[in-house]
Amino acid sequence: MTDISKDAIAPPRSFLSQDAIQVFYRLLAALLICAVLAVLSDSFLSLGNILNVLRQASLTFFIASGLTLVVLTAGLDLSVGANVALSACIAGTVIHKTGSPALGILTGLACGGIVGLLNGVMVTALRIPSFIATYGMLWVLNGLTYWYMAGETLHGFPAGFRQIGSGYLFGLPIPVYLLLVFLGIGTLFAQRTIWGQEIYAIGANPVAARLSGIPVARRLLLVYAVSGTMAGLASIIFLSRLNSAEADIGESLTLPAIAAVLIGGTSLFGGVGTVFGTFIGALILTLVLNGMNLLSVSANWQPLVTGIIVILAVWLDMKTRRRAQ
Amino acid sequence: MREAAVVSQPNPLQRIPGVAIVLVLLIALFSTIAPGFLSVANLSNVLVQSTILTMLALPMTLIIMTEGLDLSMGAVLTLTSLCVAIVSLATHSMLLGLGAGLLVGAAFGFANGWLVAIVGIPPFVATLGTLGMAQGLSLIVSDGQSVVGIPHSVRDIYSATLLGVPVPIVMALVTYAAFHGLLYHTRFGTYIFALGGNREALRYAGLSPNRLLIAVYAIGGAMAGIAGLLMTARMNSGHPTAGLGLEFDAIAAVAVGGTSFERGNGWLLGTLLGVLSVGVLRNGLNLISLPSSVQVASVGVLVIVALFLDGLRSRA
Repeated sequence: MTDISKDAIAPPRSFLSQDAIQVFYRLLAALLICAVLAVLSDSFLSLGNILNVLRQASLTFFIASGLTLVVLTAGLDLSVGANVALSACIAGTVIHKTGSPALGILTGLACGGIVGLLNGVMVTALRIPSFIATYGMLWVLNGLTYWYMAGETLHGFPAGFRQIGSGYLFGLPIPVYLLLVFLGIGTLFAQRTIWGQEIYAIGANPVAARLSGIPVARRLLLVYAVSGTMAGLASIIFLSRLNSAEADIGESLTLPAIAAVLIGGTSLFGGVGTVFGTFIGALILTLVLNGMNLLSVSANWQPLVTGIIVILAVWLDMKTRRRAQ
Repeated sequence: MREAAVVSQPNPLQRIPGVAIVLVLLIALFSTIAPGFLSVANLSNVLVQSTILTMLALPMTLIIMTEGLDLSMGAVLTLTSLCVAIVSLATHSMLLGLGAGLLVGAAFGFANGWLVAIVGIPPFVATLGTLGMAQGLSLIVSDGQSVVGIPHSVRDIYSATLLGVPVPIVMALVTYAAFHGLLYHTRFGTYIFALGGNREALRYAGLSPNRLLIAVYAIGGAMAGIAGLLMTARMNSGHPTAGLGLEFDAIAAVAVGGTSFERGNGWLLGTLLGVLSVGVLRNGLNLISLPSSVQVASVGVLVIVALFLDGLRSRA
């Protein structure tokens, strides 16, 4: 995409203050959107709506956090939405057949992880460009899911299982706690572990990373597997919140997840970005869509707005990068 | 990495086996396991149904040759198909409908080219963004409903014949001839090869790669506009999800047809054979009553295998 010399000048990862400034701007943007919505709509600041926004944002975040790691390596995973759909349908079937939510959760996570691993194999061993490999995977998964479900809907899951997506603990929705946990794990992993640092290095300059002894293929496999597993986790939350599973639930999830990653400041060219930024990105996107909803804009407008946001986010990223050089 | 890859002169003879073997194998397979596959009615059905895909896959070949991609093509086709339906319904004129479709399609193509060439956004993300926009606009202009009651002049395009040949096939053949002439017999075509293979050379020759790129994407959008007319005629209505995912079949046809995603090599006849392979695969699976979901999954596998083989070839 870009020539290597440009990548090499990208600010080094340890430049935390630079990252902090980027995150700060995005927090400001989120607050600004909140202020505008609070003025425009009476119901925006109600506790119910705010909890709703957080719960919605957490779902986008689960998918987008794994995707962030992939984008940090200058790759892309277009199959996450389709992966959520397949994992949800398979996990739902297991729960129905065995009556055991634990088994269903494990199956959903495993299904997502295996799909991610297959993506990783295509990218590393078969050397197919990631966006086209995962795009092929998207349609394979879509086909499998529709064939497996044959137009049926899975409905009705045990009450305990449904608590995961729709329950509350100390007044906060349970997905919000999960969000905090995975935000912490993701940030620690990316910023404070050697593997995390290696992922940044691979994205910033794959040749230099390989020459300095980083096992590039193995780290890439890990990153795609994590992205798939997080899609599997999102499928569980989705399943327990909707209390049903259909073949088409994943179709509207991929674009928002990519939007959240890009709004969050992770660069498509790899090596720059944070998991926390992605959380803010998910929050901003959810706030915009929630605001449209409160102002009774038809849901038909959502793909249009999400598409515009994706392009604007990349454009902003390229502009700031150009200025930084 | 890429700089080191010397552009080898494409050798079509070397590639004819790949996609031709796929096509012959698929035809052999389905003529044994699918009753009625080899009938004249079914084969002409495959040809007519492949025409819309041909109109997308040919410009997609040019776009992929520039190391680009257009994920928005299916969504743009959906939008142009709706425009054709709405405008022809309002004006009772097929030509005005086609004009509207062409205009909207070309505008989206131009926007894609602008985002890729001038703004510098990687093609797959830029066109993913415009995919969302086209999909959203389709829902907005149609309010999520089908547009029905379109004039006969539009519908007849799909069923009419010219000298005994169905009009869609005539249109596809004319399109193929036009793209063949454009790519292999004009200077513009030579520049397209250079866009993927050696962009620096274009700059040294005093040409603007950006303008050429925009033109290539705009051609893709305009073709989606013409294909939109066929789509509306075929369904006798406009539908807000009609063409979604068709870009995948187009990419599959290009990949199976032997056009490389990384080296600026393209082969239009290969794409045509690729379109027929996808058409035969879907038709054959349909005849042995496998659902469309299985067809989608098989096309996905076809793409991944084709790309894997392409990767092997590029390393050989």
